Amino acid sequence: MIVKQWVINGGELSENSFGSLPNFGGEVILMDPIKDKIQSTSRETRQDIIGKVLSYSCISLIVIVVLSIFAFVATKGLATFVVNKASLGDFLFGTNWNPSATDKAGNPLLGALPMITGSFGVTIIAVIFAAPFAIGTALYMTEVASKHGEKLLQSVIELLVGIPSVVYGFIGLSVVVPFVRTHFGGSGYGILSGAFVLFVMVLPTVTSMTVDSLRAVPRYYKEASLALGATKWQTIYKVLLRSATSGILTAIIFGMARAFGEALAVQMVIGNATIMPKSLLAPASTLTSVLTMGIGNTVMGTVGNNALWSLALMLLLMSLVFNIIVRFIGRKGRM
Amino acid sequence: MKKLTKIATVIIAASAILVGCGKSNSSSSSSSASSKAVSGKITIVGSTALQPLVEKAAENFQTDNSKVSITVQGGGSGTGLSQVQSGAVTIGNSDIFAQQSDGITASKLKDNQVAVVGMAPVVNKDVGVTNLTMKQLREIFTGKITNWKDVGGKDQSIVLINRAEGSGTRATFETNVMNGETAAKSQEQDSNGTVQKMVAETPGAISYLAFSYVTSSVQALSLDGVKPTDANVTTNKWKIWSYEHMYTKGTPNAATKAFLDYMKSDKVQKSLVKELGYISISKMKVQKDANNKVTDVK
Repeated sequence: MIVKQWVINGGELSENSFGSLPNFGGEVILMDPIKDKIQSTSRETRQDIIGKVLSYSCISLIVIVVLSIFAFVATKGLATFVVNKASLGDFLFGTNWNPSATDKAGNPLLGALPMITGSFGVTIIAVIFAAPFAIGTALYMTEVASKHGEKLLQSVIELLVGIPSVVYGFIGLSVVVPFVRTHFGGSGYGILSGAFVLFVMVLPTVTSMTVDSLRAVPRYYKEASLALGATKWQTIYKVLLRSATSGILTAIIFGMARAFGEALAVQMVIGNATIMPKSLLAPASTLTSVLTMGIGNTVMGTVGNNALWSLALMLLLMSLVFNIIVRFIGRKGRM
Repeated sequence: MKKLTKIATVIIAASAILVGCGKSNSSSSSSSASSKAVSGKITIVGSTALQPLVEKAAENFQTDNSKVSITVQGGGSGTGLSQVQSGAVTIGNSDIFAQQSDGITASKLKDNQVAVVGMAPVVNKDVGVTNLTMKQLREIFTGKITNWKDVGGKDQSIVLINRAEGSGTRATFETNVMNGETAAKSQEQDSNGTVQKMVAETPGAISYLAFSYVTSSVQALSLDGVKPTDANVTTNKWKIWSYEHMYTKGTPNAATKAFLDYMKSDKVQKSLVKELGYISISKMKVQKDANNKVTDVK
């Protein structure tokens, strides 16, 4: 660094700043470093800039990733209809899924309705099972249990979240399937078994989110209710649950999104037959189970592969729908 | 901004190194194909049925040839074929001939058959059947026979468990058993392990498995009185078998060629292949082509 030296000759500066230290008067002061320091960016500013650049690049990376996933799945998924000339109506409402074969008119057989039905079937049934359990557990944790019991339940739920889905699937295969076979009939593989497995899988998600929404209810609501002479049950039913409704609904929708996207565990117990499910006990299939089974066996760019991408697009759109519903509920709840 | 430039520099440097590596690979490919001191990177993707054998062989190969790095991945036969066709990987593993796969130009690929896999129909132990005729087996899978009592077993309905559409195992089964008929829509499973467990636990279940997965927990069926054994496969008395293929695109480079030679060598064929439940290619007294035509090996 080149430093020019300036001699202060005016008495003002030395008197004002260093009045008590006359030794400094007329001393050599490095003027430029001060100017430099003021005009150049300080360490803090640099940190600021680095922070900004880092966070912006992270954000843009995530946005780019999300957008390119969307673009990729969409182009691949739409190729079925654009390149292979399958009709959207047949895809959504047809019941014959056999991508390697064609019908008499030469169109590929891509009826995805059995899978769509299967996916919604297991999801809805699982959530119907799970919701009452989740709400009950959450109420117990927030209203009834002692601190100790609450902590215990909390860790149990966290443990459930951490179990990998292949373990759930294997338990499903060894326990749930024989159970369904002996108590309900059929071969044991079907929507019911899938729903049972998913029930356990979505339970922790729904429970912990319900707990959060119950905790978010202002304390004075409860206090006011109790002060008015309401019993504990009346308070829970009339005040707590009512004011937490939107949160609980959000929790349920999140549970549905999780169930809808689950692949491995369901694939192991549902039977993977691409036929229209006639009962809850007959083998069925879901969008995800067909996807995971087929993707390695098809060649990129063929009808069979594109059809699987269409299923993936469908899954992506569904998760978008779930997200929109959650936002919608959130907005309603705020009012 | 400085940070950005730094990041950019790192990226450029990294890619330069990568490109450099790529180049050194291709230059080694043009050098003479001496089996000693080969170097390079080999990526192998595809069939999960062949994966364990290739993984083991690659491990052994790399201890002898430390300059070669081999990556083995699953993904399925379809993935293997399409990836090698597009040039993304060095070797594509497949359970089926490239000719049998949709969307693959077989003439562009070079076939290397490294092992043979036999497959056997398996049933739940309690159905009371140990032998079927080929016709009965076909009728079970097309859904014409739905109860075990029609083929001499117990009065129990048949639970059909097929393999994933388009998988190599299913393709082999269909070309050798179904005779052009379409299988009835039924349950499907992808992995040998899951199928084995399902057949063992589901009353009335029937499916088919690679020999190495046929254990005492399930009942393997004889067909027309022929037992599913390795010896019967080598003479084609047992008809349901297929090759394990390792496809390359065009002429393989030195390292790849050395590895493929190693796969076919006695070292692998006589020990690993047998250990892992495959049948050695050198033991075969017959050969099959892509159209399933069987001829004697001279």
